[in-house]
Amino acid sequence: MDALVTNGPAILFYVFAALAVVSALGVVTMRNPMYGAIALLTSFLSVAVLFLLRNAEFLAIVQIFVYGGGIMVLFLFVIMLINLHRLPELKKFGAHTPLVALLVVLMIGVFGWFFLQAQFGPGLAQPDVFDHVDGAKLGNPQAVAWSLYTRHLLPFEIASVFLLIAMVGAVVLGRRQ
Amino acid sequence: MLAITTNHYLILSFALFSIGLFGVAARRNMITVLMSIELILNSVNLNLIAFSYQLSDLTGQIFAIFTITVAAGEAAVGLGILIALFRLKESTQLDKATELKG
Repeated sequence: MDALVTNGPAILFYVFAALAVVSALGVVTMRNPMYGAIALLTSFLSVAVLFLLRNAEFLAIVQIFVYGGGIMVLFLFVIMLINLHRLPELKKFGAHTPLVALLVVLMIGVFGWFFLQAQFGPGLAQPDVFDHVDGAKLGNPQAVAWSLYTRHLLPFEIASVFLLIAMVGAVVLGRRQ
Repeated sequence: MLAITTNHYLILSFALFSIGLFGVAARRNMITVLMSIELILNSVNLNLIAFSYQLSDLTGQIFAIFTITVAAGEAAVGLGILIALFRLKESTQLDKATELKG
C-alpha cells in the first residue's frame, strides 16, 4: 500500500500515457470516424491528466473544456451532419501508405538518435528564467492569468482577433452558395 | 520511488506526434486527417508543459494556451472546408479532390 502511494504519480503517468497512445492509434486506424472521434476524446482526457501531473492545473481544465467540449462537439456535429453511412469507405489508407510508414519510421530513427545524444534531463542548463512560478504563494490559474494579462497581453489580444477571423472564415466556408 | 522525468514526457509526446503524422499522411478520410492534426498539436502541448515544469517557468504554459487557440481555429476552418468539399463531391475522401492536378 505504501509503495502504491509513493509511486502514485508514476503509476498514473504510465496508465494514462498508455491510454493516450492506444486511443491515438485508435483514431488513426478506426474505419468509422465516429469511433475515431470517441478515441480522440479519450486521448485528450488522458493528456489532461498528464498535464495535472506536471502542475499545469489551468491547462488541464482548458484542455477538457476546449478539446473535450468545443472541438469534440464540432467534430461530432460535422460527422452526424454529413451522414457517412451512405458513403462506404472502400479503403482506409491511401495508395502511398507504405512510403508514409517508411518516412515516419525514418523520422523516429533520426529524432530518436538525436534524443539519445542530447541531454534533456536534470543536466539541462537552466536558462535565465522569467515568469518564475512560486507555487506556494500563487495558484497555477492565478499565475497564468497574471502572466497572460501583463507580459503576454499583446499576443492574447491577437489571439482573440485570430479567433474572430477563424469564426468568420468558418461561417463563410459553410454557407450555401 | 519511481520518478517521472521530462524524458518520459518527451518520449510520449514523440509517440503521439508520430501516430498523428502517420494519420495525416496515410488516411484518405478528411475527418480522420483533421483529427490527426489535433493529435499532433496536442502532443506539442505535452512537450511545452513538460519543459515548463522542468524549468519552473510559466512561459511554456502560456504558449500551450495559444497552441490550443490555434487548434480550435484550425478545427473550425478545417471542418468548414470539409463541409464545402462534401457539398462539391458528395464525399469526404481526399483523393477525390483532384482539381489542382495538372
